[in-house]
Amino acid sequence: MTITNPAADTFGMYTVGDKIADTKAPDTPIDKMWTTRKFDAALVNPSNRRKLSVIIVGTGLAGAAAAASLGEAGYNVQVFFYQDSARRAHSIAAQGGINAAKNYNGDGDSVYRLFYDTVKGGDYRARETNVYRLAEVSANIIDQCVAQGVPFAREYGGLLDNRSFGGTQVARTFYAAGQTGQQLLIGAYQALERQVAKGTVKEFKRHEMLELIVVDGRARGIVARNMATGELETHLADAVVLASGGYGNVFFLSTNAMGCNVTATWRAHRKGAYFGNPCYTQIHPTCIPVAGDYQSKLTLMSESLRNDGRIWVPKRAEDCDKDPRQIPEEDRDYYLERIYPAFGNLVPRDIASRQAKNVCDEGRGVGPKVGDFRRGVYLDFAESIERLGRAAIEEKYGNLFDMYAQITGESPYEVPMRIYPAVHYTMGGLWVDYDLQTSITGLYAAGEANFSDHGANRLGASSLMQCLGDGYFVLPNTIRDYLAHGPFEKVSPDAPEVAAALAAAKGRIDRLMSVNGDRSVDSFHKELGHIMWEYCGMERTEEGLLKAIGLIRSLREEFWRNVRVLGSADTLNQSLERAGRVADFLELGELMCIDALHRRESCGGHFRGESQTEDGEALRHDDEFLYVAAWEFAGGEDGVFGTPVLHKEDLVYKSIELKQRSYK
Amino acid sequence: MNLTLNIWRQDGPNAQGRMVTYQLADVSEHMSFLEMLDVLNEQLVEKGEEPIAFDSDCREGICGMCGLMINGKAHGPEVTTTCQLHMRSFHDGDTITIEPWRATAFPVLRDLVVDRSAFDRIIQSGGFISVNTGAAPESHSVPVPKAKADRAFESAKCIGCGACVAACPNAAGMLFMGAKVTHLGELPQGQPERWARVVKMVSQHDHEGFGGCTNTGACADACPKEIPLDVINQLNKDLLAAMRVRG
Repeated sequence: MTITNPAADTFGMYTVGDKIADTKAPDTPIDKMWTTRKFDAALVNPSNRRKLSVIIVGTGLAGAAAAASLGEAGYNVQVFFYQDSARRAHSIAAQGGINAAKNYNGDGDSVYRLFYDTVKGGDYRARETNVYRLAEVSANIIDQCVAQGVPFAREYGGLLDNRSFGGTQVARTFYAAGQTGQQLLIGAYQALERQVAKGTVKEFKRHEMLELIVVDGRARGIVARNMATGELETHLADAVVLASGGYGNVFFLSTNAMGCNVTATWRAHRKGAYFGNPCYTQIHPTCIPVAGDYQSKLTLMSESLRNDGRIWVPKRAEDCDKDPRQIPEEDRDYYLERIYPAFGNLVPRDIASRQAKNVCDEGRGVGPKVGDFRRGVYLDFAESIERLGRAAIEEKYGNLFDMYAQITGESPYEVPMRIYPAVHYTMGGLWVDYDLQTSITGLYAAGEANFSDHGANRLGASSLMQCLGDGYFVLPNTIRDYLAHGPFEKVSPDAPEVAAALAAAKGRIDRLMSVNGDRSVDSFHKELGHIMWEYCGMERTEEGLLKAIGLIRSLREEFWRNVRVLGSADTLNQSLERAGRVADFLELGELMCIDALHRRESCGGHFRGESQTEDGEALRHDDEFLYVAAWEFAGGEDGVFGTPVLHKEDLVYKSIELKQRSYK
Repeated sequence: MNLTLNIWRQDGPNAQGRMVTYQLADVSEHMSFLEMLDVLNEQLVEKGEEPIAFDSDCREGICGMCGLMINGKAHGPEVTTTCQLHMRSFHDGDTITIEPWRATAFPVLRDLVVDRSAFDRIIQSGGFISVNTGAAPESHSVPVPKAKADRAFESAKCIGCGACVAACPNAAGMLFMGAKVTHLGELPQGQPERWARVVKMVSQHDHEGFGGCTNTGACADACPKEIPLDVINQLNKDLLAAMRVRG
């Protein structure tokens, strides 16, 4: 590869490689592109499909939907997941809803408007072609789910109900109370289990992918550990799909499930798959604030609550420890309604989060003090309960209110909720082309595991849409174009590439088991999380990021010298599972900081203190940074992280005009 | 608060299990039950003892991965999942007994971790609506009365945790199955396979080694999602109707 621009301002942290010239989108007008691609993609005769095999890692909405759809089509599918059932993947925890351009309310929605809102919401850092396709397939997703028996909320006339979400002015969000993700995942899971019964899909539960097997430049299989027995297994196929979710747990505290991890995608990255925009993380504005050091995770309170809840803090710092019900209307600052009159409480997530941080930094936060500051703002339902009645609020949000009361011991029907931003979603992920193929031939990435659709900030109710869009409609149509060239030459289980991958996974486990140091895995994970939250969280600066990189490097060095993993590798061993994941987070964290350091602009969830407008909004630099940062791994063995190589994919906007984002 | 914990330890599926007693000091009432176990595990690692294996994932009460018998009750003293149970439900000086789900159909893998694959196989036997991707009609072509949609949703809230089985003196999986049969049976989309579905699911349930239902209602009491007992009536009604249809 040629290093074209070893810029002086890279601090020696990275080098710049070739640009990515082609994303493989058809050269047609945007509204014809997906039709063209589907038609041009080669077909596979039904009787040949069962001779072709696909490995899918992850059974969230993207993985389960893809596995079920490919199984229905007749391919031979093997699906791997770390939970004890495919139904438990973390898509299940999504609360608020799923967007679709159905325009059932006649409020001016359309495919183009959903596309436009998503690109704008992502602060013009998403790839136009992929987002347009997502908006196009969105309506089919709802049809598919309803046919599967997903019990969406309905009106008395029997038709589907909609609600509004942040960053939009139409109501296009379909929902099932506050547990939409659960209902959609159960739908996909049932479709998947139907294929298991038919024999087209084979499930490998309690299995974690530890290595990717690449033979002759093609992804041909994985090494997985059976977590119940400790056995290392190799599995081979014609293509591999990673639908293994996001990497928010690099922050230790996040709304992700305990087991969510980056290992599948990071192992692929180490084998040559580019990682796109790793610094784009979403800090969700409405989560239950941190209560103590023992805390293991943070809990989201759905964005849908912002439909009926009003966010405020006291105008004066001295009112912050008062009972909120005693603070009169004129002494409250409904700051989102004040600053953003057009969108009010429904501004996009990155903006709502940053403003919450700002008012708390000013000393106007509420709730118990954590350090010197109170880290919380009120989300108040008193007015809605007054206007609509308690029963109406209970029907819409009952399960969320119960969850809040369970965790905090306070009833939101009586006292305003206290909320604070928390890490929720990662827009970055494996770089993929229009076909969702990574930079490794035959390796695909779907759902949160890829980077493609949300730019620098994801709008609410769009992740469910993207996961199901990828899984049901996009991937099954694009992967067949690749599979049509197969079956590829059979890989022997004794092939050197297979043996090497197996040996690498085994060597890594042996090394983790033999360090026998003083510190638990969790203590390393918590420390990494603190570093990431402090320096690569809601606001990033050059000084902070440089400091973070130094801290991560020394923590990683200590980890491989001083981690303590007890027990044995050939049995169920949860410390060992976590150790492997934390080892990968310790490498990913550095790449995230390098990416955040190199992007000397603010966009969406990536807010650089050095780049803001006069009134404190994110200031983009389109002249310099209108590109996807796709990073190539250049390191060595475990724990050794070489100087990564940056490949730029220029973002081209033909259908949308670039603007400064405004929600005022 | 200070606690005495009696916890089931078992090295593997075929190993002999035993209760082991641990003392845990300075537990905050704001901790969740599983965070309390996290703290215990950190202390065990510190001492060089192997931590206790237990399942959990989302820790917000929706994935169904966690589930412990706490003082003989599935998910403990409150109507919620183990991960959403908080230590404010306990008192200083309490002794808490913690065991895995006990049922022939849910064998123990290690310590508090059990294998619930039998539930997946019940769903595989018929707990779905057969519609291939791309074959769905426009969603507004079939209106669903709100009352039916709401009952379908109430039943579909099941998280598959297995508390109903653990609480049942017969280790029956009837509430789990009834919830699915009711969810799909209430919807127009679920009608074509309605009778075949219930027969196949019940047959798989019995084959897996779950016990029979004797209407004790312990399942509905233990259900963290408050699935009502009448889904079992619905299951029995549908089964009877299915037998008639088949002759």
